[in-house]
Amino acid sequence: VATVDGRRAPAEDARPVQPRTSGHISTEPPTRKHRRGIGWRMRRNWDAYLYLAPGLLLFSVFTVFALGFAFYLTFHEWNIIEPDRPFIGLENYRDMLEDERFRRSVYNTMYFTGASVPLTMLIGLGVALLLNQPLRGRGILRTLYFLPVVTPFVVVAIVWKWLYNGDFGLFNYYLLKTHLIDEPLLWLADKNLAMPAVILMSVWGGVGFSMVVYLAGLQSIPEELYDAAKVDGAGAFARLRYVTIPMLRPTTLFLLVMGIIGSFQVFTQIFVMTSGGPVDRTTTMVFYIYEAAFKFYEMGYASTLAYVLFAMLFVFTLIQLRLYRRTNT
Amino acid sequence: VNGALVRVGWRHAGRRHKLGMVLAYVVLVPGALLFVAPFAWMLSASFQPLGDIFSWPPQWIPKDPTVDGYKTFLGLGETTGAGTEAENPWRWFVNSAFVASSVTALQLFFNSLAAYVFAKRQFPGRDLIFLGFLATMMVPGQVTLIPNYIVLKHIPLFGGNDIFGQGGHGWLDSYYGLILPGAVSAFGIFLLRQYMMSIPDELLDAARIDGASEFRIYSRIVLPLTGPALAATAIFTFTYTWEDFFWPLIIISSPDHYTAPLGLALYVVKNRTAWDVLLPGSVIATLPMIIVFLIFQRRFIQGISLSGLKG
Repeated sequence: VATVDGRRAPAEDARPVQPRTSGHISTEPPTRKHRRGIGWRMRRNWDAYLYLAPGLLLFSVFTVFALGFAFYLTFHEWNIIEPDRPFIGLENYRDMLEDERFRRSVYNTMYFTGASVPLTMLIGLGVALLLNQPLRGRGILRTLYFLPVVTPFVVVAIVWKWLYNGDFGLFNYYLLKTHLIDEPLLWLADKNLAMPAVILMSVWGGVGFSMVVYLAGLQSIPEELYDAAKVDGAGAFARLRYVTIPMLRPTTLFLLVMGIIGSFQVFTQIFVMTSGGPVDRTTTMVFYIYEAAFKFYEMGYASTLAYVLFAMLFVFTLIQLRLYRRTNT
Repeated sequence: VNGALVRVGWRHAGRRHKLGMVLAYVVLVPGALLFVAPFAWMLSASFQPLGDIFSWPPQWIPKDPTVDGYKTFLGLGETTGAGTEAENPWRWFVNSAFVASSVTALQLFFNSLAAYVFAKRQFPGRDLIFLGFLATMMVPGQVTLIPNYIVLKHIPLFGGNDIFGQGGHGWLDSYYGLILPGAVSAFGIFLLRQYMMSIPDELLDAARIDGASEFRIYSRIVLPLTGPALAATAIFTFTYTWEDFFWPLIIISSPDHYTAPLGLALYVVKNRTAWDVLLPGSVIATLPMIIVFLIFQRRFIQGISLSGLKG
């Protein structure tokens, strides 16, 4: 790393050792052959550690320690109020496997993710493809599709809760008016409709993000590829199928990973719109963790659930990266 | 990547078929109307008295426009009965603004300092520590939730705690608790570091030769050249913190410390019918986000492509 060029040598001679100001440059005299010891290098770069200190301190407490403590809690029973937390081995894990509500919450989370992530990405891609043309007013259109993304999620959930209102909601009004339904639907209070309703709202809230990421992805595709495809006689659909979609693969992977991570943690909509009901039909994993910890005060069990969520996300992400790498080579 | 998006599409001008453009309008314009409808309804209903909100058919244009809801929500004028346990809802917004600005400022400083040494300095343990940061980027917040709750509860000498962190509530239900756990972000550090890597070392070396201190190099050379990435992370952090709901829900208990999303969400759960107050509140909570977005739209979208393509 030490690029010893002509310009630096005089400066070095003038100020032989400057521990405080030398970071990247090694100021060792060119004659010295051996690397200095680790202690010397640490002392010499003491200020680098100083710059790192605030971040490292917060990180150690709120992430590293927290991870360890949560893991410790998974083997204990603790209601947070009492000082003692008895060690119970794998009891929490065993309870979890037999817990009907936990199974329900995993199913609900999968249902939510499996529907909302692909829908959000597909619609986002569609809008991006249409917007990626010299349209008049495309800036405005893009802004309008993106607005839900910048709206606080709590607000989105509040407004949609009203739209789904059984007696006065806009959904029922327009569906009844167009005779698509004969009876008002209960939406969030109906055990088969509640989850689809939450999904529809979440898709609405997320399309703008996929659209913008896809637009950026579309921009990075070289125009020459399209020209070459045209020369080969590829029509619009063939160009989409064989040029655009494959070239968007990294973008798609990014959105998929982010989408799955995000929707596995779905909580706000559930809290505001359904509180997990009706009869647990919208109780997702994070909502269940929240209830276990701060409604039933079972800190050990809640930590166990949280770790399982973490493990699932981890495995999902690894599989996706692996698949991506395999299909890419 | 920078700025590319703003030029989206124009370089294709004239090459695509007219048909595609017609199709685009036919699909996109009605679609956009559907996307805007909930906002339009929220805005319109926020100016309606309760009776008109509960009207059938729904009114898109307020028959008797009123700002009573806004007044009630902000604690001006008389309160209209329903759900007034929120005595000073305006405080929610002050709290949100204060917390979001503090977190943003702290993150910009701490993240950029860490990113700078990760990108431009060599010292024992650097790569190990950096890997440590990276490895935890995927940890969902729910895992660290309970331990952090307990850590905050036992911060010594705060919130009635003794020196051993016992007896009180520590940093729970306080601004410290809202701000400090979010004051550094592994993702932010990663993003800034990637960006700083592209700053040529020669520039820094030249400054060192001129006798500039390391802090001066960081603040006068590296930071200005990291502008776009800093702006992007600042906007993300601000909006994320502004609308964060989970963490405030866990640690905040007194209404005086509610943030806007927390206040609104608890309000809707407790007062199921007070829509005339809730909707103006929702509008007020949304406006700052939309204004920030409209002003910084380019940076916002650049930031997404920045993180999306490199991340």
